[in-house]
Amino acid sequence: MAATKRSGPAAVVAGVTLAAGAAHAVDLPEDRAELMYHLYDGGGTRASGPAVLVRKRMLDRVSVSGSYYVDAVSNASIDVVTTASPYKETRNEFDLGADYVVRDTLIHVSGSRSKEPDYVADTAGVDLTQDVFGGMTTVAIGFSKGNDKVGQKGTPGWIDTAHHWQYRLGLTQILTPRWLATANLEAVSDDGYLGSPYRVARVFGATVPERDPRTRESKALKLGFVGDITPEGGDKRSSVRAEYRYFWDSWNIKASTLELGYSRYLAPGWLADGFVRYYKQTHALFYSDDAQAETLYVTRNKQLSSFHDISVGGKVTYTLKSVPGKYDVHLTGAYQLLSFHYKDYTDIRTGSPYSFNAHVLQGVVSATF
Amino acid sequence: MRPTSFLRLAAALALAALAPLAAHAAVDAGVRAPDFTLRGADGRNVRLEELRGQVVLVNFWATWCGPCREEMPRLNALYDKYRKSGVVLLGVNIDDDPATALATARKLGVSFPVLLDTDKRVSRLYDLATMPSTVVIDRDGKVRLLHRGYRDGTESEYEQTIRGLLKE
Amino acid sequence: MAPTSPAARRFARLAAAALAASVLAGCGSWRPKPIEPWVKPYERERLADPIMKPGRDELSARQVDHVYAVREGARGATGVQGGGCGCN
Repeated sequence: MAATKRSGPAAVVAGVTLAAGAAHAVDLPEDRAELMYHLYDGGGTRASGPAVLVRKRMLDRVSVSGSYYVDAVSNASIDVVTTASPYKETRNEFDLGADYVVRDTLIHVSGSRSKEPDYVADTAGVDLTQDVFGGMTTVAIGFSKGNDKVGQKGTPGWIDTAHHWQYRLGLTQILTPRWLATANLEAVSDDGYLGSPYRVARVFGATVPERDPRTRESKALKLGFVGDITPEGGDKRSSVRAEYRYFWDSWNIKASTLELGYSRYLAPGWLADGFVRYYKQTHALFYSDDAQAETLYVTRNKQLSSFHDISVGGKVTYTLKSVPGKYDVHLTGAYQLLSFHYKDYTDIRTGSPYSFNAHVLQGVVSATF
Repeated sequence: MRPTSFLRLAAALALAALAPLAAHAAVDAGVRAPDFTLRGADGRNVRLEELRGQVVLVNFWATWCGPCREEMPRLNALYDKYRKSGVVLLGVNIDDDPATALATARKLGVSFPVLLDTDKRVSRLYDLATMPSTVVIDRDGKVRLLHRGYRDGTESEYEQTIRGLLKE
Repeated sequence: MAPTSPAARRFARLAAAALAASVLAGCGSWRPKPIEPWVKPYERERLADPIMKPGRDELSARQVDHVYAVREGARGATGVQGGGCGCN
């Protein structure tokens, strides 16, 4: 039976995809179609599937988009194998969005539904992006609300619900003709069932069902810089980026993320990206590898433990065909290696702190038209 | 410092601060269009003053600007319709690389003259606040319409202005 | 300069400020000069290039974001990027 499940909040974040990098300045997004095959393999879990996205301008100032994402999961992770037996299941996610431009403002509304046999997450959101100061500054604010229905295999109907509120604030500032600065602030509030009906905690060496708080408040602040570093007179453009995010929440988790990236055009029609990412977090207040006291809340969810992960990845995009003013077709391949190292989560099979490596692979065919 | 010298200094600073405000002159409807000379795709120079007596539409564009690329075919249609009536359409491109600009113009099927403002001299002269920007100039060399940006249907506004100016 | 008491100096400063204010007021509608955008729309070519938009591949960014969200305790502020093109 399934033992490890994504906790509620993670399912919501999966459903609400911010228009990452879509709106540059304030303009209606271009027509686009993407088809992707994705694979995640690590720590005993394998998730793969296709995903498709279509975006099209309609009438005068509206662009609508729809996407379908399939996650076929085969789970034999450490939580699953040590407390239950491996399982397979599929998650489907549908997203719909619409963009509307009024003068210098872009209005984006979105809705999504993520469906698993025992978890349904619905999210709706609205984002406003505004160009100010002659287009030098772009301000974005957004709000999303998520409603989840939590189920448990073997129990008919739903066992509980969860609600999520997300508030976003974003700022992009042109510094020079080559450099941009970005700042993002996001506050998330959760209410309801935030744990997993299959996950167990350890108290005095014995396994007990985990007990999570029914509320959570978190804030994250990210600062970033992107710059064009092409040498004067150079014919192949290149750029670097650096981002730092600090996260803190009411569960006492503090996390830092640092990401550095480099992009460069290679031969005509070839674009390469590379990045390194470092993530570190401290454990939630009620997290314990093996609790030595009875507390109101207790969890052994490794997602809430003290750990760090390092990631290195690269992506290559090839322009298959380009007819300016008509359409472009691109092929993209990406690979990423993640390495997780837990400080206070023990691999009970070996007795030492747990660690694992994961591989992420992506193949995408995309067209703008 | 003596009170009176302080006052004199304060007064001088106040007047100095006011000066820049007076110097600011925007290119807008009603103003004489600043003259410029730019090289075209064929290598020949085009001078705005020499086009006095005709209705001129100057469109500032760049290959990296989405709305600019969208606007090109519409402007081309407008050009084909009114060129016989004595309307001149100039596409001033501001790309760093003229080769890209001319290649893109060719692929978009542009038949009106493309002028190259690589050093951004004319863009600065016209104090462009948005990309694209379109200026419609009457037969006397005066700016009659300055349109910032492009949205579906903007070309009908240009057409209306051109028709009005052709009647004059 | 003649020796002055602290009170007299304070008065002199106030008088100077009042006089300066009336000079400015007398010059009509004086406003602080606004800061002009220092990177003009026609100078934003480099910023409009796709390499300046890290999240340009939407589905790719979505999957990676999901991988992190499932395994890490932190969430949010993965951001929307704007700016760059002086268009519209």
